[in-house]
Amino acid sequence: MFSWLAQIFTVSVFNLRNLSQRTGSSASTVVGVAGVVLVFVAVLSIAAGFTRTLASTGDAESVIVMRSGATDEMSSGLSHDDTRIISDAPGVSRGERGPLSSAELYVIVDVPKVGTDTPANVPLRGVSQSAFSVRRDIEIVEGRRFEPGRNEIIVGRAASQQFAGLELGDENRWGENDWQVVGIFSTGGTVEDSEIWCDAKVLQPAYRRGNSYQSVHLRLSSAADYERFKDALTTDPRLSVKVEKKAEYHAGQSTAVGGMIRALGIVIGILMGFGAVFGALNTMYTAVSARTREIATLRALGFGAGPVVISVLVESLLLAFIGGVIGAGLAYVLFNGFQAATMNWQTFSQIAFAFAVTPPLLVGGLIYAVVMGFVGGLLPAIRAARLPVATALREL
Amino acid sequence: MKLLYLIWRNLMRKKIRTTLNLLSVFIAFVLFGALLAVKTAFEAGVDLAGLDRLVTIHKVSLIQLLPESYGRKMLTVDGVSGVAHATWFGGVYQDPKNFFAQFAVNPEYLEMYPEMRMPEEQKQAWLANRTGAVAGRQTADRFGWQVGDRIPLQGTIWRTPDESAWEFVIDGIYDADKGFDTTNLFFHHEYLTETTGFEGQVGFYTLHIDDPERSAQIAEEVDKLFANSPAETKTSTEKAFAQGFANQVGNIGKIVVSVLIVVFFTLLLVAGNSMALSVRERIGELGVLKTLGFTDSHVLAMVLGESYLITLLGGGTGLALITWLTRAFDLGGAMLPTLHLPWTGVLIGVTLLAAMGFVSGAIPAFQAQRLTIVDALRRT
Repeated sequence: MFSWLAQIFTVSVFNLRNLSQRTGSSASTVVGVAGVVLVFVAVLSIAAGFTRTLASTGDAESVIVMRSGATDEMSSGLSHDDTRIISDAPGVSRGERGPLSSAELYVIVDVPKVGTDTPANVPLRGVSQSAFSVRRDIEIVEGRRFEPGRNEIIVGRAASQQFAGLELGDENRWGENDWQVVGIFSTGGTVEDSEIWCDAKVLQPAYRRGNSYQSVHLRLSSAADYERFKDALTTDPRLSVKVEKKAEYHAGQSTAVGGMIRALGIVIGILMGFGAVFGALNTMYTAVSARTREIATLRALGFGAGPVVISVLVESLLLAFIGGVIGAGLAYVLFNGFQAATMNWQTFSQIAFAFAVTPPLLVGGLIYAVVMGFVGGLLPAIRAARLPVATALREL
Repeated sequence: MKLLYLIWRNLMRKKIRTTLNLLSVFIAFVLFGALLAVKTAFEAGVDLAGLDRLVTIHKVSLIQLLPESYGRKMLTVDGVSGVAHATWFGGVYQDPKNFFAQFAVNPEYLEMYPEMRMPEEQKQAWLANRTGAVAGRQTADRFGWQVGDRIPLQGTIWRTPDESAWEFVIDGIYDADKGFDTTNLFFHHEYLTETTGFEGQVGFYTLHIDDPERSAQIAEEVDKLFANSPAETKTSTEKAFAQGFANQVGNIGKIVVSVLIVVFFTLLLVAGNSMALSVRERIGELGVLKTLGFTDSHVLAMVLGESYLITLLGGGTGLALITWLTRAFDLGGAMLPTLHLPWTGVLIGVTLLAAMGFVSGAIPAFQAQRLTIVDALRRT
């Protein structure tokens, strides 16, 4: 057993020392695998970032109520009376100024993306004063909150960076009103960072919504109250609403786009992977055929077939692993935290998010690299071991 | 002709290597075609947008409605020869996952789009039926609808008085050339207003203009009509509107192009390297060929010919396959209904084939050309 291991070690070191003679083709294998891993990780990091932004929105006690049958806030509608009944339902947490419940409007407004003149549909949310206590992680990072009843807006940090004219102090004319940016807020990287907020009472006339709302965001006293709260509302004959945990609502919004990007990344990654495996196969076949006589000599000296196979595999795995590290590293340096914005197809509104090169993606990329190295090395390794010693030695 | 035979024999000498090279190039071009098709699908409508159509939406955002009375005023603008309006319906067929777009339109709307083809009797049937609807081929096939079928849509934004589902009768199914979206469903705006009692408001207008050259000026005049009113408008060409919408998804074009560059660089390097290897191994033979009287340019042509043959065979097959696949099947499904590789994309692909054949063979080919007989023979 020991001598077998020693053989593997000897032959592998012997191979790796020779690498410098094959720099060109070995480097091309490394670059090939690095390219595949780079693209693979980069595309999947878009999906991961998008999903993470949506999924991080809303903790266990956050609930959203919309009209039944509505697929999103945009297509929902609730009357003023509905919102009162919802706020008074059992299980809603109460603060000094009544229930922690905010009746909200969700519309969009055309604002150009920074650096372009193409308009983007930025979400504009009309909220009640209690919106700030319903959401736990919200903080004003610059300026102040809007004053009730005035045409003032506060802008999420991501929206302020992605869209033009949304910095503190800027004025925008939308429709018949001028809106002044009086604050920048952050909710810690959730989807609401892509939004603009104002007083719902001011937004209602501006968008001709009378005294109606679209959703109620509220906080329960405890997550355990969810079922009780939901039953109370859905069995109330005065209402026709649907109740969802906010986290689940947003996760549902991300499945279509996230799934599509992920599918795209996997398809590209697999196809490119084939290309890289062919490259690795070529490199290793060449490496083996260049060393035909050496290998035959080793076999003649008494080295077994196993160590020869493994030594070729070791070389191929090592090259692929180096490629994987380079590719994954590049993806991390280039794309982690990269800011982008895309459209949520459900509501046609913009969502700003950051690419997320997560540890599982990096590990996945490396595993993929090793798999490519294994597949690329296996066949040449077997061929090396199968060479009949006498013929191989005769070969010039 | 002799050269071609030599090239062929050389390629056949190491069958595994040749096959692997062919496959690498094949995959590079399949990926190229697929990515370009995705890019086209995301920018759906931009290439096919009619130059003689304008789109007018509410200036603040496209979800706000415009007065129905605007239509008549728009017709008074010089150069506007037709006006139609449409309103986003947003209904759900059985399950929210079965998403497709539905619009309440006036009868003139279908006239605006000669791209949508439908038998005349189906069109007449639709015009005569208040609850009738016209569906695109792709959506009809997806759910197995036939002309005459009754389909329920649950309203989300627009509700029936008793909150029950809306009923539509499929009177017509329209077809269109590949690339034009055939997932939409159109029904009468009248049906919407009569059921909801919500009158006098529409989602957006489509305008037909006589002279595409004057589109910017006409758009400006239309917007001027409604300036300083409670509902100001924003008019743009259909192309600009589609482009703006595509841009909102993100800069898909830029992302796809960067991925393509990495893909090509990677696979080019892999294929180029193995071609260089095969030349290096044959330096001695090349010396013998030159001794026999083959000129430098013969040798150059032979090596370049080898890389061209591999690129054209492998890449050409890949390009042809992906073109056929994206055109014969609906690979994009409901998410990317217009997924296909346009002919301009095929043309770019062919250009790339030529370039790649040259680049991957150039270095070994010129090395081989410059090789002196003495050097070549000594090196073996």
